Amino acid sequence: MITLAHMLTLSALLFALSVAGIFLNRKNVLLLLMCIELLLLAANFNFVAFSRYLGQLDGQIFVFFVLTVAAAESAIGLAILVVLFRERRSIDVEELDQLKG
Amino acid sequence: MLPLILFYLFATILVLAALAVIVSRNPVYAALSLVLCFVTSAAIWLLIEAEFLAIVLVLVYVGAVMVLFLFVVMMLDINLEQLRAGFTRFAWLGWITAGVIVLEIAGVVLSGRLGIDVTRGAASLPANYSNTQELGALLYSKYAYPFEIAAMVLLVAIVAAIALTLRHRPNLKAQDIGRQVAARASERVRLVSMDSEHRE
Repeated sequence: MITLAHMLTLSALLFALSVAGIFLNRKNVLLLLMCIELLLLAANFNFVAFSRYLGQLDGQIFVFFVLTVAAAESAIGLAILVVLFRERRSIDVEELDQLKG
Repeated sequence: MLPLILFYLFATILVLAALAVIVSRNPVYAALSLVLCFVTSAAIWLLIEAEFLAIVLVLVYVGAVMVLFLFVVMMLDINLEQLRAGFTRFAWLGWITAGVIVLEIAGVVLSGRLGIDVTRGAASLPANYSNTQELGALLYSKYAYPFEIAAMVLLVAIVAAIALTLRHRPNLKAQDIGRQVAARASERVRLVSMDSEHRE
Protein backbone atom coordinates (compact mmCIF):
# COMPACT_ATOMS: atom_id res chain seq x y z
CA MET A 1 0.00 0.00 0.00
CA ILE A 2 1.32 3.40 -0.97
CA THR A 3 1.38 5.52 2.17
CA LEU A 4 1.51 9.27 2.61
CA ALA A 5 5.13 8.92 3.75
CA HIS A 6 6.07 7.44 0.36
CA MET A 7 4.58 10.38 -1.51
CA LEU A 8 6.09 12.98 0.81
CA THR A 9 9.55 11.40 0.54
CA LEU A 10 9.35 11.30 -3.25
CA SER A 11 8.21 14.92 -3.36
CA ALA A 12 11.02 15.98 -1.01
CA LEU A 13 13.59 14.23 -3.22
CA LEU A 14 12.18 15.89 -6.32
CA PHE A 15 12.16 19.29 -4.65
CA ALA A 16 15.74 18.91 -3.43
CA LEU A 17 16.92 17.79 -6.87
CA SER A 18 15.35 20.79 -8.53
CA VAL A 19 16.86 23.18 -5.97
CA ALA A 20 20.25 21.59 -6.64
CA GLY A 21 19.55 22.05 -10.35
CA ILE A 22 19.00 25.78 -9.83
CA PHE A 23 22.46 25.99 -8.26
CA LEU A 24 24.08 23.84 -10.95
CA ASN A 25 22.55 25.53 -14.00
CA ARG A 26 22.71 29.05 -12.66
CA LYS A 27 24.01 30.45 -15.97
CA ASN A 28 21.43 29.02 -18.33
CA VAL A 29 18.02 30.73 -18.10
CA LEU A 30 16.36 27.96 -20.07
CA LEU A 31 17.45 25.26 -17.62
CA LEU A 32 16.51 27.51 -14.69
CA LEU A 33 12.97 27.64 -16.08
CA MET A 34 12.95 23.85 -16.42
CA CYS A 35 14.11 23.49 -12.81
CA ILE A 36 11.28 25.80 -11.70
CA GLU A 37 8.83 23.54 -13.53
CA LEU A 38 10.27 20.57 -11.66
CA LEU A 39 9.97 22.47 -8.38
CA LEU A 40 6.29 23.18 -9.04
CA LEU A 41 5.78 19.51 -9.88
CA ALA A 42 7.23 18.55 -6.48
CA ALA A 43 4.88 21.00 -4.76
CA ASN A 44 1.96 19.58 -6.74
CA PHE A 45 2.93 16.10 -5.54
CA ASN A 46 2.40 17.26 -1.95
CA PHE A 47 -0.96 18.82 -2.79
CA VAL A 48 -2.21 15.69 -4.54
CA ALA A 49 -0.93 13.40 -1.79
CA PHE A 50 -2.45 15.38 1.07
CA SER A 51 -5.71 15.86 -0.83
CA ARG A 52 -5.96 12.14 -1.49
CA TYR A 53 -4.94 10.96 1.97
CA LEU A 54 -7.08 13.48 3.88
CA GLY A 55 -10.06 12.76 1.63
CA GLN A 56 -10.56 16.38 0.59
CA LEU A 57 -10.66 17.33 -3.08
CA ASP A 58 -9.76 21.00 -2.53
CA GLY A 59 -6.06 20.20 -2.78
CA GLN A 60 -6.53 18.78 -6.26
CA ILE A 61 -8.41 21.93 -7.30
CA PHE A 62 -5.42 23.90 -6.08
CA VAL A 63 -3.09 21.74 -8.20
CA PHE A 64 -5.31 22.62 -11.16
CA PHE A 65 -4.74 26.33 -10.50
CA VAL A 66 -1.01 25.81 -9.95
CA LEU A 67 -0.82 24.07 -13.33
CA THR A 68 -2.63 27.01 -14.94
CA VAL A 69 -0.35 29.61 -13.41
CA ALA A 70 2.75 27.52 -14.18
CA ALA A 71 1.73 27.24 -17.82
CA ALA A 72 1.23 31.01 -18.00
CA GLU A 73 4.54 31.59 -16.24
CA SER A 74 6.52 29.37 -18.59
CA ALA A 75 4.85 30.91 -21.65
CA ILE A 76 5.75 34.45 -20.56
CA GLY A 77 9.19 33.33 -19.33
CA LEU A 78 10.01 31.75 -22.67
CA ALA A 79 8.73 34.83 -24.50
CA ILE A 80 11.03 37.03 -22.40
CA LEU A 81 13.84 34.56 -23.09
CA VAL A 82 13.29 34.81 -26.85
CA VAL A 83 13.30 38.63 -26.71
CA LEU A 84 16.41 38.53 -24.53
CA PHE A 85 18.22 36.24 -26.95
CA ARG A 86 17.24 38.50 -29.84
CA GLU A 87 18.75 41.50 -28.06
CA ARG A 88 21.88 39.98 -26.50
CA ARG A 89 22.55 36.80 -28.58
CA SER A 90 23.10 35.02 -25.25
CA ILE A 91 21.02 33.62 -22.39
CA ASP A 92 23.76 33.75 -19.79
CA VAL A 93 22.41 35.04 -16.48
CA GLU A 94 25.73 36.60 -15.57
CA GLU A 95 25.61 38.91 -18.59
CA LEU A 96 22.26 40.33 -17.52
CA ASP A 97 23.70 43.11 -15.42
CA GLN A 98 22.59 46.19 -17.32
CA LEU A 99 20.38 47.42 -14.49
CA LYS A 100 23.33 47.17 -12.06
CA GLY A 101 21.03 45.77 -9.39
CA MET B 1 1.51 -5.24 -3.25
CA LEU B 2 1.50 -4.55 -6.98
CA PRO B 3 0.76 -0.81 -6.58
CA LEU B 4 3.73 -0.49 -4.25
CA ILE B 5 6.07 -2.23 -6.72
CA LEU B 6 4.79 0.03 -9.48
CA PHE B 7 5.22 3.05 -7.23
CA TYR B 8 8.87 2.18 -6.54
CA LEU B 9 9.47 1.56 -10.25
CA PHE B 10 7.97 4.90 -11.28
CA ALA B 11 9.60 6.74 -8.37
CA THR B 12 13.02 5.42 -9.42
CA ILE B 13 12.44 6.49 -13.02
CA LEU B 14 11.19 9.88 -11.81
CA VAL B 15 14.22 10.59 -9.61
CA LEU B 16 16.66 9.45 -12.31
CA ALA B 17 14.89 11.59 -14.91
CA ALA B 18 14.97 14.60 -12.57
CA LEU B 19 18.69 13.99 -12.10
CA ALA B 20 19.09 13.85 -15.88
CA VAL B 21 17.26 17.18 -16.19
CA ILE B 22 19.65 19.00 -13.90
CA VAL B 23 22.97 17.50 -15.06
CA SER B 24 22.49 16.95 -18.79
CA ARG B 25 24.83 18.88 -21.07
CA ASN B 26 22.34 19.42 -23.86
CA PRO B 27 19.13 21.44 -23.22
CA VAL B 28 17.25 19.16 -25.63
CA TYR B 29 18.09 16.13 -23.48
CA ALA B 30 17.07 18.12 -20.38
CA ALA B 31 13.71 18.96 -21.93
CA LEU B 32 13.12 15.34 -22.97
CA SER B 33 14.04 14.15 -19.47
CA LEU B 34 11.56 16.66 -18.08
CA VAL B 35 8.90 15.11 -20.35
CA LEU B 36 9.78 11.72 -18.84
CA CYS B 37 9.44 13.27 -15.36
CA PHE B 38 5.94 14.53 -16.14
CA VAL B 39 4.81 11.24 -17.67
CA THR B 40 6.03 9.17 -14.70
CA SER B 41 4.48 11.69 -12.30
CA ALA B 42 1.20 11.25 -14.13
CA ALA B 43 1.57 7.48 -13.69
CA ILE B 44 2.13 7.90 -9.95
CA TRP B 45 -0.89 10.20 -9.67
CA LEU B 46 -2.91 7.51 -11.46
CA LEU B 47 -1.66 5.00 -8.87
CA ILE B 48 -3.02 7.10 -6.01
CA GLU B 49 -6.28 7.61 -7.92
CA ALA B 50 -6.01 11.26 -8.93
CA GLU B 51 -6.95 10.44 -12.51
CA PHE B 52 -8.08 13.85 -13.75
CA LEU B 53 -4.90 15.64 -12.74
CA ALA B 54 -2.77 12.84 -14.19
CA ILE B 55 -4.43 13.29 -17.58
CA VAL B 56 -4.23 17.09 -17.30
CA LEU B 57 -0.52 16.82 -16.50
CA VAL B 58 0.13 14.81 -19.65
CA LEU B 59 -2.11 16.95 -21.87
CA VAL B 60 -1.09 20.39 -20.59
CA TYR B 61 2.51 19.83 -19.63
CA VAL B 62 3.77 17.25 -22.08
CA GLY B 63 1.41 18.38 -24.81
CA ALA B 64 1.81 22.13 -24.57
CA VAL B 65 4.41 23.47 -22.15
CA MET B 66 7.21 21.02 -22.96
CA VAL B 67 6.58 21.38 -26.69
CA LEU B 68 6.98 25.13 -26.17
CA PHE B 69 10.23 24.49 -24.30
CA LEU B 70 11.57 22.22 -27.05
CA PHE B 71 10.52 24.77 -29.65
CA VAL B 72 12.46 27.53 -27.89
CA VAL B 73 15.48 25.27 -27.27
CA MET B 74 15.70 24.42 -30.93
CA MET B 75 15.01 27.98 -32.09
CA LEU B 76 17.78 29.59 -30.04
CA ASP B 77 21.34 29.13 -31.16
CA ILE B 78 22.92 28.75 -27.74
CA ASN B 79 26.63 28.66 -27.12
CA LEU B 80 26.77 25.64 -24.82
CA GLU B 81 30.47 25.80 -23.94
CA GLN B 82 30.08 29.29 -22.56
CA LEU B 83 27.06 28.30 -20.50
CA ARG B 84 28.72 25.16 -19.19
CA ALA B 85 31.77 27.05 -17.95
CA GLY B 86 31.99 26.98 -14.17
CA PHE B 87 29.33 24.28 -14.01
CA THR B 88 30.73 22.68 -10.87
CA ARG B 89 31.83 25.87 -9.14
CA PHE B 90 28.79 26.12 -6.87
CA ALA B 91 27.76 22.47 -7.23
CA TRP B 92 28.75 21.63 -3.64
CA LEU B 93 26.50 24.43 -2.39
CA GLY B 94 23.63 23.03 -4.45
CA TRP B 95 24.05 19.50 -3.15
CA ILE B 96 24.38 20.72 0.45
CA THR B 97 21.19 22.79 0.08
CA ALA B 98 19.41 19.79 -1.42
CA GLY B 99 20.54 17.57 1.47
CA VAL B 100 19.44 20.14 4.04
CA ILE B 101 16.01 20.43 2.39
CA VAL B 102 15.55 16.65 2.39
CA LEU B 103 16.58 16.47 6.06
CA GLU B 104 14.23 19.31 7.00
CA ILE B 105 11.22 17.81 5.22
CA ALA B 106 12.01 14.35 6.60
CA GLY B 107 12.29 15.89 10.08
CA VAL B 108 8.90 17.55 9.78
CA VAL B 109 7.23 14.43 8.37
CA LEU B 110 8.79 11.97 10.79
CA SER B 111 8.46 14.15 13.90
CA GLY B 112 4.80 13.20 14.15
CA ARG B 113 3.74 16.80 14.63
CA LEU B 114 1.80 16.93 11.38
CA GLY B 115 -1.23 15.55 13.22
CA ILE B 116 -1.60 12.93 10.50
CA ASP B 117 -0.59 9.29 10.55
CA VAL B 118 1.78 9.29 7.57
CA THR B 119 2.12 5.52 7.52
CA ARG B 120 -1.46 4.77 6.58
CA GLY B 121 -2.81 4.31 3.09
CA ALA B 122 -5.56 6.35 1.48
CA ALA B 123 -9.17 5.40 2.08
CA SER B 124 -10.35 3.19 -0.75
CA LEU B 125 -12.91 4.76 -3.07
CA PRO B 126 -16.15 3.12 -4.21
CA ALA B 127 -16.12 1.42 -7.60
CA ASN B 128 -18.40 3.95 -9.29
CA TYR B 129 -16.45 6.97 -7.99
CA SER B 130 -15.45 9.46 -10.67
CA ASN B 131 -12.59 11.77 -9.77
CA THR B 132 -13.29 14.00 -12.77
CA GLN B 133 -16.96 14.36 -11.92
CA GLU B 134 -16.26 15.25 -8.29
CA LEU B 135 -13.59 17.79 -9.27
CA GLY B 136 -15.90 19.30 -11.86
CA ALA B 137 -18.73 19.65 -9.34
CA LEU B 138 -16.38 21.43 -6.95
CA LEU B 139 -14.75 23.56 -9.66
CA TYR B 140 -18.02 24.94 -11.03
CA SER B 141 -19.62 25.61 -7.65
CA LYS B 142 -17.27 26.45 -4.80
CA TYR B 143 -14.35 27.51 -6.97
CA ALA B 144 -16.26 29.15 -9.83
CA TYR B 145 -14.72 32.60 -9.39
CA PRO B 146 -11.12 31.35 -8.98
CA PHE B 147 -11.75 29.29 -12.11
CA GLU B 148 -12.73 32.45 -14.01
CA ILE B 149 -9.63 34.20 -12.71
CA ALA B 150 -7.50 31.29 -13.91
CA ALA B 151 -9.02 31.74 -17.36
CA MET B 152 -8.14 35.44 -17.23
CA VAL B 153 -4.56 34.58 -16.20
CA LEU B 154 -4.24 32.38 -19.27
CA LEU B 155 -5.66 35.13 -21.49
CA VAL B 156 -3.19 37.64 -20.06
CA ALA B 157 -0.38 35.13 -20.65
CA ILE B 158 -1.39 34.72 -24.29
CA VAL B 159 -1.53 38.48 -24.86
CA ALA B 160 1.76 39.05 -23.01
CA ALA B 161 3.61 36.31 -24.88
CA ILE B 162 2.42 37.57 -28.26
CA ALA B 163 3.08 41.23 -27.38
CA LEU B 164 6.60 40.41 -26.19
CA THR B 165 7.69 38.38 -29.18
CA LEU B 166 5.90 40.33 -31.91
CA ARG B 167 8.47 42.11 -34.00
CA HIS B 168 7.92 44.71 -36.69
CA ARG B 169 10.64 44.57 -39.29
CA PRO B 170 10.71 47.79 -41.33
CA ASN B 171 11.96 46.45 -44.67
CA LEU B 172 9.63 43.52 -44.87
CA LYS B 173 7.36 43.26 -47.90
CA ALA B 174 4.15 42.32 -46.16
CA GLN B 175 0.49 43.02 -46.65
CA ASP B 176 -1.08 45.77 -44.58
CA ILE B 177 -4.55 44.32 -44.09
CA GLY B 178 -6.00 47.59 -42.81
CA ARG B 179 -4.91 49.53 -45.84
CA GLN B 180 -6.13 46.77 -48.13
CA VAL B 181 -9.57 46.77 -46.57
CA ALA B 182 -9.78 50.56 -46.54
CA ALA B 183 -8.88 50.81 -50.23
CA ARG B 184 -11.61 52.25 -52.49
CA ALA B 185 -11.99 51.77 -56.20
CA SER B 186 -11.87 55.54 -56.69
CA GLU B 187 -8.33 55.62 -55.30
CA ARG B 188 -7.02 52.80 -57.43
CA VAL B 189 -8.59 53.22 -60.86
CA ARG B 190 -8.48 56.53 -62.70
CA LEU B 191 -10.77 56.71 -65.68
CA VAL B 192 -9.44 59.03 -68.31
CA SER B 193 -11.58 60.13 -71.21
CA MET B 194 -9.54 60.80 -74.31
CA ASP B 195 -9.99 60.65 -78.02
CA SER B 196 -8.93 57.57 -79.86
CA GLU B 197 -5.69 57.78 -81.80
CA HIS B 198 -5.93 58.71 -85.45
CA ARG B 199 -4.11 56.90 -88.17
CA GLU B 200 -1.38 59.10 -89.55
